[in-house]
Amino acid sequence: MLDTLAMLFSYAFMQRALFVGILVAPCAALLGISLVLKRYSMIGDGLSHVGFGAMSVALALGIAPLKIAVPVVILAAFLLLRLSEKSKIGGDAAIALVSTGSIAAGVVVTSLVKGMSTDIYDLMFGSILSMTTEDVYFSIGLSIIVLFLYIILYRKIFAITFDESFAQSCGINTALYTMIIALLTAVTIVIGMRIMGTMLISSLIIFPTLTAMQVCKSFRSVTIWAVIISVLSFAIGLILSFLLSLPAGASIVLINIVFFSIFFLIGKLK
Amino acid sequence: MITLSCNDITVSYDDVVLSSVSFSLEKGSFLCIVGENGSGKTTLIKALLGLVPLQSGSVVLDKHVSVGYVSQQTLQQKRFPASVLEIVLSGCRSSFPFYTKNDKKVAKHYMDLMQIGDMGKRSYSELSGGQQQRVRIARALCAQKGLLMLDEPVTGLDPLIARDLYTLLKQLQNMEDITILMVSHDIASALSYATHILHIDKTVCFFGTSDEYKNSAYGQRFLGGSEHA
Repeated sequence: MLDTLAMLFSYAFMQRALFVGILVAPCAALLGISLVLKRYSMIGDGLSHVGFGAMSVALALGIAPLKIAVPVVILAAFLLLRLSEKSKIGGDAAIALVSTGSIAAGVVVTSLVKGMSTDIYDLMFGSILSMTTEDVYFSIGLSIIVLFLYIILYRKIFAITFDESFAQSCGINTALYTMIIALLTAVTIVIGMRIMGTMLISSLIIFPTLTAMQVCKSFRSVTIWAVIISVLSFAIGLILSFLLSLPAGASIVLINIVFFSIFFLIGKLK
Repeated sequence: MITLSCNDITVSYDDVVLSSVSFSLEKGSFLCIVGENGSGKTTLIKALLGLVPLQSGSVVLDKHVSVGYVSQQTLQQKRFPASVLEIVLSGCRSSFPFYTKNDKKVAKHYMDLMQIGDMGKRSYSELSGGQQQRVRIARALCAQKGLLMLDEPVTGLDPLIARDLYTLLKQLQNMEDITILMVSHDIASALSYATHILHIDKTVCFFGTSDEYKNSAYGQRFLGGSEHA
Protein backbone atom coordinates (compact mmCIF):
# COMPACT_ATOMS: atom_id res chain seq x y z
CA MET A 1 0.00 0.00 0.00
CA LEU A 2 2.70 2.47 1.07
CA ASP A 3 4.79 1.43 -1.90
CA THR A 4 1.91 2.18 -4.22
CA LEU A 5 1.39 5.57 -2.63
CA ALA A 6 5.10 6.34 -2.89
CA MET A 7 4.98 5.36 -6.54
CA LEU A 8 1.92 7.52 -7.05
CA PHE A 9 3.71 10.61 -5.80
CA SER A 10 6.81 9.86 -7.83
CA TYR A 11 4.97 10.57 -11.08
CA ALA A 12 5.36 14.18 -12.14
CA PHE A 13 1.86 14.27 -13.68
CA MET A 14 0.31 13.08 -10.40
CA GLN A 15 2.23 15.71 -8.44
CA ARG A 16 1.03 18.40 -10.82
CA ALA A 17 -2.59 17.20 -10.78
CA LEU A 18 -2.66 16.97 -6.99
CA PHE A 19 -0.99 20.35 -6.56
CA VAL A 20 -3.29 22.12 -9.03
CA GLY A 21 -6.36 20.42 -7.57
CA ILE A 22 -5.55 21.30 -3.97
CA LEU A 23 -5.20 24.94 -5.03
CA VAL A 24 -8.20 25.10 -7.36
CA ALA A 25 -10.69 23.05 -5.30
CA PRO A 26 -10.88 25.57 -2.41
CA CYS A 27 -11.25 28.44 -4.92
CA ALA A 28 -14.17 26.62 -6.54
CA ALA A 29 -15.70 25.96 -3.11
CA LEU A 30 -15.39 29.59 -1.97
CA LEU A 31 -16.84 31.00 -5.18
CA GLY A 32 -19.51 28.32 -5.08
CA ILE A 33 -20.89 29.57 -1.75
CA SER A 34 -22.17 32.79 -3.30
CA LEU A 35 -23.31 31.09 -6.50
CA VAL A 36 -25.26 28.36 -4.72
CA LEU A 37 -26.85 30.66 -2.14
CA LYS A 38 -27.82 33.22 -4.76
CA ARG A 39 -29.31 30.46 -6.94
CA TYR A 40 -26.74 30.90 -9.68
CA SER A 41 -25.51 27.28 -9.65
CA MET A 42 -26.48 26.75 -13.27
CA ILE A 43 -24.09 29.50 -14.33
CA GLY A 44 -21.18 27.30 -13.26
CA ASP A 45 -22.53 24.50 -15.40
CA GLY A 46 -23.11 26.81 -18.36
CA LEU A 47 -19.59 28.20 -18.15
CA SER A 48 -17.97 24.78 -18.31
CA HIS A 49 -19.85 24.07 -21.53
CA VAL A 50 -18.67 27.36 -22.99
CA GLY A 51 -15.18 26.36 -21.87
CA PHE A 52 -15.53 23.11 -23.81
CA GLY A 53 -16.50 24.98 -26.97
CA ALA A 54 -13.62 27.43 -26.66
CA MET A 55 -11.01 24.77 -25.85
CA SER A 56 -11.98 22.36 -28.59
CA VAL A 57 -11.90 25.17 -31.15
CA ALA A 58 -8.47 26.21 -29.83
CA LEU A 59 -7.20 22.59 -29.98
CA ALA A 60 -8.55 22.10 -33.48
CA LEU A 61 -6.84 25.28 -34.66
CA GLY A 62 -3.64 24.47 -32.78
CA ILE A 63 -3.73 27.50 -30.49
CA ALA A 64 -2.83 27.30 -26.77
CA PRO A 65 -6.22 26.41 -25.22
CA LEU A 66 -6.01 28.66 -22.15
CA LYS A 67 -5.34 31.76 -24.25
CA ILE A 68 -8.69 31.32 -26.00
CA ALA A 69 -10.74 29.71 -23.23
CA VAL A 70 -10.01 32.20 -20.44
CA PRO A 71 -11.24 35.33 -22.24
CA VAL A 72 -14.19 33.54 -23.89
CA VAL A 73 -15.41 32.05 -20.60
CA ILE A 74 -15.01 35.39 -18.79
CA LEU A 75 -17.17 37.03 -21.46
CA ALA A 76 -19.70 34.23 -21.13
CA ALA A 77 -19.76 34.69 -17.35
CA PHE A 78 -20.80 38.33 -17.68
CA LEU A 79 -23.36 37.43 -20.31
CA LEU A 80 -24.93 34.58 -18.29
CA LEU A 81 -25.01 36.68 -15.12
CA ARG A 82 -26.80 39.44 -16.96
CA LEU A 83 -29.29 36.98 -18.44
CA SER A 84 -30.07 35.49 -15.02
CA GLU A 85 -30.47 38.89 -13.37
CA LYS A 86 -32.54 40.58 -16.02
CA SER A 87 -35.02 37.87 -16.77
CA LYS A 88 -35.64 35.64 -13.78
CA ILE A 89 -37.95 33.45 -15.84
CA GLY A 90 -35.95 33.08 -19.03
CA GLY A 91 -32.53 32.88 -17.36
CA ASP A 92 -32.29 29.10 -16.99
CA ALA A 93 -33.50 28.50 -20.54
CA ALA A 94 -30.97 31.01 -21.85
CA ILE A 95 -28.17 29.19 -20.03
CA ALA A 96 -29.27 25.90 -21.62
CA LEU A 97 -29.15 27.53 -25.07
CA VAL A 98 -25.64 28.88 -24.50
CA SER A 99 -24.47 25.52 -23.07
CA THR A 100 -25.71 23.31 -25.87
CA GLY A 101 -24.70 25.86 -28.50
CA SER A 102 -21.13 25.87 -27.22
CA ILE A 103 -20.89 22.08 -27.12
CA ALA A 104 -22.28 21.83 -30.66
CA ALA A 105 -19.83 24.43 -31.97
CA GLY A 106 -16.89 22.66 -30.30
CA VAL A 107 -17.83 19.23 -31.64
CA VAL A 108 -18.51 20.48 -35.19
CA VAL A 109 -15.23 22.39 -35.45
CA THR A 110 -13.26 19.43 -34.08
CA SER A 111 -14.92 16.98 -36.50
CA LEU A 112 -14.25 19.24 -39.46
CA VAL A 113 -10.59 19.76 -38.66
CA LYS A 114 -9.40 16.49 -37.13
CA GLY A 115 -12.32 14.11 -36.84
CA MET A 116 -13.59 13.08 -33.41
CA SER A 117 -10.64 12.22 -31.26
CA THR A 118 -9.45 11.51 -27.75
CA ASP A 119 -9.21 15.29 -27.33
CA ILE A 120 -12.98 15.47 -27.11
CA TYR A 121 -13.14 12.61 -24.62
CA ASP A 122 -10.51 14.25 -22.43
CA LEU A 123 -12.30 17.58 -22.50
CA MET A 124 -15.62 15.95 -21.62
CA PHE A 125 -14.43 13.79 -18.74
CA GLY A 126 -11.09 15.30 -17.83
CA SER A 127 -7.58 13.97 -17.77
CA ILE A 128 -4.93 14.27 -15.11
CA LEU A 129 -2.30 13.97 -17.81
CA SER A 130 -3.34 17.33 -19.22
CA MET A 131 -1.77 19.47 -16.49
CA THR A 132 1.28 21.38 -17.67
CA THR A 133 3.78 23.44 -15.72
CA GLU A 134 2.00 26.50 -17.10
CA ASP A 135 -1.23 25.28 -15.45
CA VAL A 136 0.60 24.92 -12.15
CA TYR A 137 1.74 28.57 -12.23
CA PHE A 138 -1.70 29.67 -13.35
CA SER A 139 -3.41 27.92 -10.48
CA ILE A 140 -0.94 29.27 -7.89
CA GLY A 141 -1.73 32.79 -9.12
CA LEU A 142 -5.47 32.15 -9.16
CA SER A 143 -5.65 30.67 -5.69
CA ILE A 144 -3.62 33.51 -4.18
CA ILE A 145 -5.95 36.06 -5.77
CA VAL A 146 -9.16 34.25 -4.76
CA LEU A 147 -8.06 33.64 -1.17
CA PHE A 148 -6.79 37.21 -0.76
CA LEU A 149 -9.94 38.77 -2.21
CA TYR A 150 -12.19 36.47 -0.22
CA ILE A 151 -10.57 37.48 3.07
CA ILE A 152 -10.44 41.19 2.24
CA LEU A 153 -14.01 41.28 0.93
CA TYR A 154 -15.53 38.72 3.32
CA ARG A 155 -17.93 41.21 4.94
CA LYS A 156 -19.11 42.57 1.63
CA ILE A 157 -19.48 39.11 0.10
CA PHE A 158 -21.65 38.05 3.04
CA ALA A 159 -23.79 41.20 2.86
CA ILE A 160 -24.31 40.85 -0.90
CA THR A 161 -24.96 37.11 -0.81
CA PHE A 162 -27.55 37.42 1.95
CA ASP A 163 -29.38 40.54 0.82
CA GLU A 164 -28.37 42.43 -2.28
CA SER A 165 -30.79 45.35 -1.92
CA PHE A 166 -29.80 45.95 1.70
CA ALA A 167 -26.12 45.89 0.73
CA GLN A 168 -26.86 48.35 -2.08
CA SER A 169 -28.70 50.66 0.33
CA CYS A 170 -25.50 50.73 2.44
CA GLY A 171 -23.58 52.00 -0.56
CA ILE A 172 -21.91 48.73 -1.57
CA ASN A 173 -21.35 48.45 -5.31
CA THR A 174 -23.04 45.08 -5.65
CA ALA A 175 -22.73 44.90 -9.44
CA LEU A 176 -18.93 45.26 -9.19
CA TYR A 177 -18.51 42.48 -6.62
CA THR A 178 -20.87 40.15 -8.45
CA MET A 179 -18.73 40.69 -11.55
CA ILE A 180 -15.53 39.94 -9.62
CA ILE A 181 -17.08 36.66 -8.44
CA ALA A 182 -18.17 35.82 -11.99
CA LEU A 183 -14.72 36.59 -13.38
CA LEU A 184 -12.91 34.45 -10.83
CA THR A 185 -15.45 31.65 -11.31
CA ALA A 186 -14.75 31.70 -15.04
CA VAL A 187 -10.99 31.32 -14.53
CA THR A 188 -11.46 28.61 -11.88
CA ILE A 189 -13.68 26.62 -14.21
CA VAL A 190 -11.27 26.82 -17.12
CA ILE A 191 -8.41 25.51 -15.00
CA GLY A 192 -10.43 22.93 -13.08
CA MET A 193 -12.20 21.48 -16.12
CA ARG A 194 -8.96 20.11 -17.53
CA ILE A 195 -8.81 17.62 -14.66
CA MET A 196 -12.52 17.26 -13.91
CA GLY A 197 -13.92 17.50 -17.40
CA THR A 198 -16.70 19.65 -18.83
CA MET A 199 -19.45 17.43 -17.52
CA LEU A 200 -18.15 17.27 -13.97
CA ILE A 201 -16.41 20.55 -13.09
CA SER A 202 -19.52 22.24 -11.71
CA SER A 203 -19.61 19.60 -8.96
CA LEU A 204 -16.45 21.21 -7.55
CA ILE A 205 -18.39 24.47 -7.25
CA ILE A 206 -21.74 23.18 -6.01
CA PHE A 207 -21.08 20.14 -3.80
CA PRO A 208 -18.90 21.61 -1.02
CA THR A 209 -21.40 24.37 -0.17
CA LEU A 210 -24.41 22.08 -0.30
CA THR A 211 -22.64 19.49 1.84
CA ALA A 212 -21.53 22.03 4.45
CA MET A 213 -25.04 23.53 4.58
CA GLN A 214 -26.50 20.22 5.77
CA VAL A 215 -24.76 20.63 9.12
CA CYS A 216 -23.40 24.17 9.51
CA LYS A 217 -25.65 26.91 10.81
CA SER A 218 -23.46 29.97 10.32
CA PHE A 219 -22.00 31.46 7.16
CA ARG A 220 -18.48 31.31 8.57
CA SER A 221 -18.70 27.61 9.37
CA VAL A 222 -20.18 26.89 5.92
CA THR A 223 -17.20 28.72 4.40
CA ILE A 224 -14.60 26.83 6.42
CA TRP A 225 -16.19 23.41 5.94
CA ALA A 226 -16.77 23.93 2.23
CA VAL A 227 -13.03 24.49 1.80
CA ILE A 228 -12.11 21.46 3.92
CA ILE A 229 -14.60 19.21 2.11
CA SER A 230 -13.45 20.35 -1.32
CA VAL A 231 -9.76 19.67 -0.62
CA LEU A 232 -10.42 16.30 1.02
CA SER A 233 -12.76 15.13 -1.76
CA PHE A 234 -10.27 16.13 -4.40
CA ALA A 235 -7.28 14.48 -2.75
CA ILE A 236 -9.10 11.26 -1.80
CA GLY A 237 -10.80 11.02 -5.19
CA LEU A 238 -7.59 11.54 -7.12
CA ILE A 239 -5.59 8.99 -5.11
CA LEU A 240 -8.44 6.47 -5.32
CA SER A 241 -8.68 6.95 -9.07
CA PHE A 242 -4.99 6.13 -9.39
CA LEU A 243 -5.16 3.04 -7.17
CA LEU A 244 -8.25 1.64 -8.88
CA SER A 245 -7.45 2.91 -12.39
CA LEU A 246 -10.61 4.98 -12.57
CA PRO A 247 -11.13 8.37 -14.27
CA ALA A 248 -10.12 11.12 -11.81
CA GLY A 249 -13.02 13.53 -12.30
CA ALA A 250 -15.70 10.91 -11.77
CA SER A 251 -13.96 9.51 -8.67
CA ILE A 252 -13.78 13.00 -7.15
CA VAL A 253 -17.50 13.56 -7.75
CA LEU A 254 -18.32 10.20 -6.14
CA ILE A 255 -16.27 11.08 -3.05
CA ASN A 256 -18.16 14.39 -2.93
CA ILE A 257 -21.40 12.41 -2.95
CA VAL A 258 -20.12 10.26 -0.07
CA PHE A 259 -19.33 13.42 1.94
CA PHE A 260 -22.73 14.86 1.09
CA SER A 261 -24.51 11.70 2.27
CA ILE A 262 -22.60 11.67 5.55
CA PHE A 263 -23.33 15.35 6.24
CA PHE A 264 -26.95 14.90 5.20
CA LEU A 265 -27.38 12.07 7.73
CA ILE A 266 -25.63 14.05 10.49
CA GLY A 267 -27.89 17.01 9.72
CA LYS A 268 -31.01 14.83 9.94
CA LEU A 269 -29.94 13.14 13.17
CA LYS A 270 -29.08 16.41 14.93
CA MET B 1 -35.82 70.04 10.86
CA ILE B 2 -36.28 68.08 7.64
CA THR B 3 -34.70 64.61 7.55
CA LEU B 4 -35.66 63.77 4.01
CA SER B 5 -37.32 65.67 1.24
CA CYS B 6 -38.64 64.14 -1.91
CA ASN B 7 -39.02 66.76 -4.63
CA ASP B 8 -41.32 66.06 -7.55
CA ILE B 9 -39.82 62.68 -8.49
CA THR B 10 -40.85 60.53 -11.43
CA VAL B 11 -39.78 56.87 -11.47
CA SER B 12 -40.49 53.96 -13.75
CA TYR B 13 -39.69 50.45 -12.51
CA ASP B 14 -41.19 46.99 -12.96
CA ASP B 15 -44.15 48.27 -15.02
CA VAL B 16 -45.05 50.78 -12.30
CA VAL B 17 -44.77 54.45 -13.10
CA LEU B 18 -44.78 56.92 -10.24
CA SER B 19 -45.12 60.54 -11.22
CA SER B 20 -44.59 63.87 -9.49
CA VAL B 21 -44.28 62.60 -5.93
CA SER B 22 -43.37 65.25 -3.38
CA PHE B 23 -43.34 65.16 0.40
CA SER B 24 -41.01 65.88 3.27
CA LEU B 25 -40.19 64.00 6.42
CA GLU B 26 -39.80 65.93 9.69
CA LYS B 27 -37.13 64.71 12.10
CA GLY B 28 -38.68 62.40 14.70
CA SER B 29 -41.84 61.65 12.75
CA PHE B 30 -43.29 58.26 11.88
CA LEU B 31 -44.51 58.26 8.30
CA CYS B 32 -46.56 55.44 6.92
CA ILE B 33 -46.86 55.10 3.14
CA VAL B 34 -50.12 53.41 2.21
CA GLY B 35 -51.82 52.46 -1.02
CA GLU B 36 -53.26 49.45 -2.77
CA ASN B 37 -51.22 46.68 -4.40
CA GLY B 38 -49.47 47.99 -7.49
CA SER B 39 -49.80 51.61 -6.36
CA GLY B 40 -46.00 51.99 -6.34
CA LYS B 41 -45.17 51.82 -2.61
CA THR B 42 -42.16 49.56 -3.00
CA THR B 43 -40.98 51.46 -6.07
CA LEU B 44 -41.14 54.68 -4.06
CA ILE B 45 -39.07 53.31 -1.16
CA LYS B 46 -36.50 51.94 -3.64
CA ALA B 47 -36.34 55.33 -5.34
CA LEU B 48 -35.83 57.08 -1.98
CA LEU B 49 -32.96 54.69 -1.22
CA GLY B 50 -31.35 55.27 -4.61
CA LEU B 51 -31.82 51.63 -5.70
CA VAL B 52 -33.89 52.70 -8.69
CA PRO B 53 -32.87 55.60 -10.95
CA LEU B 54 -35.01 58.76 -10.89
CA GLN B 55 -36.30 60.02 -14.22
CA SER B 56 -36.71 63.49 -12.81
CA GLY B 57 -36.85 65.28 -9.48
CA SER B 58 -34.58 64.77 -6.49
CA VAL B 59 -34.36 63.09 -3.10
CA VAL B 60 -32.44 65.09 -0.51
CA LEU B 61 -31.27 63.53 2.73
CA ASP B 62 -30.06 65.61 5.68
CA LYS B 63 -26.29 65.28 5.58
CA HIS B 64 -26.07 64.00 9.16
CA VAL B 65 -28.46 61.16 8.40
CA SER B 66 -27.88 57.65 7.02
CA VAL B 67 -30.68 55.24 6.23
CA GLY B 68 -31.17 51.78 7.72
CA TYR B 69 -33.26 49.75 5.30
CA VAL B 70 -35.48 46.83 6.26
CA SER B 71 -36.02 45.10 2.94
CA GLN B 72 -38.73 42.57 2.16
CA GLN B 73 -37.70 39.04 3.01
CA THR B 74 -37.11 36.73 0.04
CA LEU B 75 -37.66 32.97 0.03
CA GLN B 76 -33.97 32.14 -0.27
CA GLN B 77 -33.17 34.26 2.79
CA LYS B 78 -35.54 32.25 4.98
CA ARG B 79 -33.27 29.22 4.59
CA PHE B 80 -29.94 31.04 4.43
CA PRO B 81 -27.18 29.47 6.57
CA ALA B 82 -26.16 32.36 8.83
CA SER B 83 -26.19 33.06 12.54
CA VAL B 84 -28.25 35.93 13.94
CA LEU B 85 -25.09 37.78 14.98
CA GLU B 86 -23.57 37.47 11.49
CA ILE B 87 -26.66 39.06 9.96
CA VAL B 88 -26.93 41.88 12.49
CA LEU B 89 -23.20 42.64 12.17
CA SER B 90 -23.51 42.83 8.39
CA GLY B 91 -25.47 46.06 8.93
CA CYS B 92 -22.41 47.85 10.36
CA ARG B 93 -20.87 50.14 7.77
CA SER B 94 -17.11 49.97 7.79
CA SER B 95 -14.39 49.21 5.34
CA PHE B 96 -12.35 46.96 7.63
CA PRO B 97 -12.23 43.37 6.43
CA PHE B 98 -13.17 42.11 9.91
CA TYR B 99 -15.73 43.20 12.48
CA THR B 100 -14.30 45.57 15.07
CA LYS B 101 -14.99 45.68 18.81
CA ASN B 102 -17.15 48.72 18.22
CA ASP B 103 -19.20 46.93 15.54
CA LYS B 104 -19.87 44.13 18.02
CA LYS B 105 -20.87 46.61 20.73
CA VAL B 106 -23.30 48.38 18.38
CA ALA B 107 -24.76 45.05 17.23
CA LYS B 108 -25.22 43.88 20.83
CA HIS B 109 -26.95 47.14 21.77
CA TYR B 110 -29.52 46.90 19.00
CA MET B 111 -30.06 43.17 19.50
CA ASP B 112 -30.90 43.87 23.14
CA LEU B 113 -33.23 46.65 22.05
CA MET B 114 -34.98 44.25 19.67
CA GLN B 115 -35.16 41.65 22.46
CA ILE B 116 -33.03 39.14 20.59
CA GLY B 117 -29.90 39.71 22.72
CA ASP B 118 -29.61 36.03 23.64
CA MET B 119 -30.07 34.67 20.11
CA GLY B 120 -26.74 35.71 18.59
CA LYS B 121 -25.50 32.18 17.96
CA ARG B 122 -28.79 30.77 16.73
CA SER B 123 -29.34 30.00 13.10
CA TYR B 124 -31.47 32.57 11.28
CA SER B 125 -33.30 29.85 9.36
CA GLU B 126 -34.58 28.28 12.60
CA LEU B 127 -36.26 31.45 13.90
CA SER B 128 -39.94 32.29 13.65
CA GLY B 129 -41.10 34.95 11.20
CA GLY B 130 -41.42 37.55 13.95
CA GLN B 131 -37.94 36.82 15.29
CA GLN B 132 -36.45 36.99 11.79
CA GLN B 133 -38.04 40.39 11.31
CA ARG B 134 -36.45 41.61 14.56
CA VAL B 135 -33.07 40.41 13.31
CA ARG B 136 -33.59 42.40 10.11
CA ILE B 137 -34.57 45.51 12.04
CA ALA B 138 -31.53 45.14 14.32
CA ARG B 139 -29.34 44.90 11.20
CA ALA B 140 -30.94 48.05 9.75
CA LEU B 141 -30.44 49.84 13.08
CA CYS B 142 -26.70 49.12 12.86
CA ALA B 143 -26.64 50.76 9.43
CA GLN B 144 -28.73 53.85 10.26
CA LYS B 145 -27.99 57.27 11.66
CA GLY B 146 -31.40 58.76 12.41
CA LEU B 147 -33.64 57.21 9.75
CA LEU B 148 -35.19 53.77 9.35
CA MET B 149 -37.07 52.73 6.18
CA LEU B 150 -39.16 49.58 6.30
CA ASP B 151 -40.84 47.82 3.39
CA GLU B 152 -43.94 45.91 4.54
CA PRO B 153 -42.36 44.78 7.83
CA VAL B 154 -45.40 42.89 9.16
CA THR B 155 -46.37 40.94 6.02
CA GLY B 156 -47.07 37.32 6.90
CA LEU B 157 -46.92 37.85 10.67
CA ASP B 158 -49.89 37.06 12.86
CA PRO B 159 -51.68 40.12 14.34
CA LEU B 160 -50.29 39.83 17.88
CA ILE B 161 -46.68 39.58 16.66
CA ALA B 162 -47.32 42.45 14.26
CA ARG B 163 -48.60 44.58 17.16
CA ASP B 164 -45.44 43.85 19.20
CA LEU B 165 -43.34 44.87 16.23
CA TYR B 166 -45.22 48.16 15.84
CA THR B 167 -44.77 48.84 19.56
CA LEU B 168 -41.02 48.26 19.21
CA LEU B 169 -40.88 50.67 16.26
CA LYS B 170 -42.79 53.26 18.27
CA GLN B 171 -40.23 52.89 21.07
CA LEU B 172 -37.38 53.41 18.61
CA GLN B 173 -39.06 56.58 17.37
CA ASN B 174 -39.62 57.97 20.86
CA MET B 175 -36.61 56.74 22.82
CA GLU B 176 -33.81 56.43 20.26
CA ASP B 177 -34.94 59.52 18.35
CA ILE B 178 -35.12 57.68 15.05
CA THR B 179 -37.30 58.95 12.21
CA ILE B 180 -39.34 56.15 10.70
CA LEU B 181 -40.66 55.68 7.18
CA MET B 182 -42.70 52.54 6.66
CA VAL B 183 -44.56 51.07 3.72
CA SER B 184 -47.62 49.06 4.69
CA HIS B 185 -50.98 47.99 3.42
CA ASP B 186 -52.20 47.46 6.99
CA ILE B 187 -53.80 50.89 7.20
CA ALA B 188 -55.81 50.42 10.37
CA SER B 189 -52.78 49.70 12.57
CA ALA B 190 -50.57 52.09 10.65
CA LEU B 191 -52.95 54.89 11.64
CA SER B 192 -52.68 54.18 15.34
CA TYR B 193 -48.85 54.30 15.33
CA ALA B 194 -47.90 56.73 12.57
CA THR B 195 -47.75 60.49 12.96
CA HIS B 196 -48.04 61.11 9.22
CA ILE B 197 -49.64 59.32 6.29
CA LEU B 198 -48.68 59.40 2.63
CA HIS B 199 -51.35 57.78 0.49
CA ILE B 200 -50.19 57.03 -3.04
CA ASP B 201 -51.69 55.62 -6.17
CA LYS B 202 -49.11 56.22 -8.92
CA THR B 203 -48.93 59.75 -7.53
CA VAL B 204 -49.63 61.46 -4.20
CA CYS B 205 -53.31 61.20 -3.20
CA PHE B 206 -52.89 62.47 0.31
CA PHE B 207 -50.07 63.69 2.52
CA GLY B 208 -50.60 64.99 6.05
CA THR B 209 -50.93 63.96 9.68
CA SER B 210 -52.78 60.83 10.71
CA ASP B 211 -55.64 62.86 12.20
CA GLU B 212 -56.08 64.84 9.01
CA TYR B 213 -56.09 61.58 7.07
CA LYS B 214 -58.88 60.09 9.20
CA ASN B 215 -61.08 63.02 8.26
CA SER B 216 -60.08 63.23 4.60
CA ALA B 217 -62.10 61.78 1.76
CA TYR B 218 -59.36 59.20 0.99
CA GLY B 219 -59.03 58.17 4.59
CA GLN B 220 -62.77 57.76 5.03
CA ARG B 221 -63.03 55.61 1.94
CA PHE B 222 -60.00 53.44 2.72
CA LEU B 223 -60.82 52.99 6.39
CA GLY B 224 -64.50 52.45 5.69
CA GLY B 225 -63.57 49.74 3.23
CA SER B 226 -61.33 47.92 5.65
CA GLU B 227 -63.94 47.94 8.41
CA HIS B 228 -66.41 46.11 6.22
CA ALA B 229 -63.80 43.63 5.09
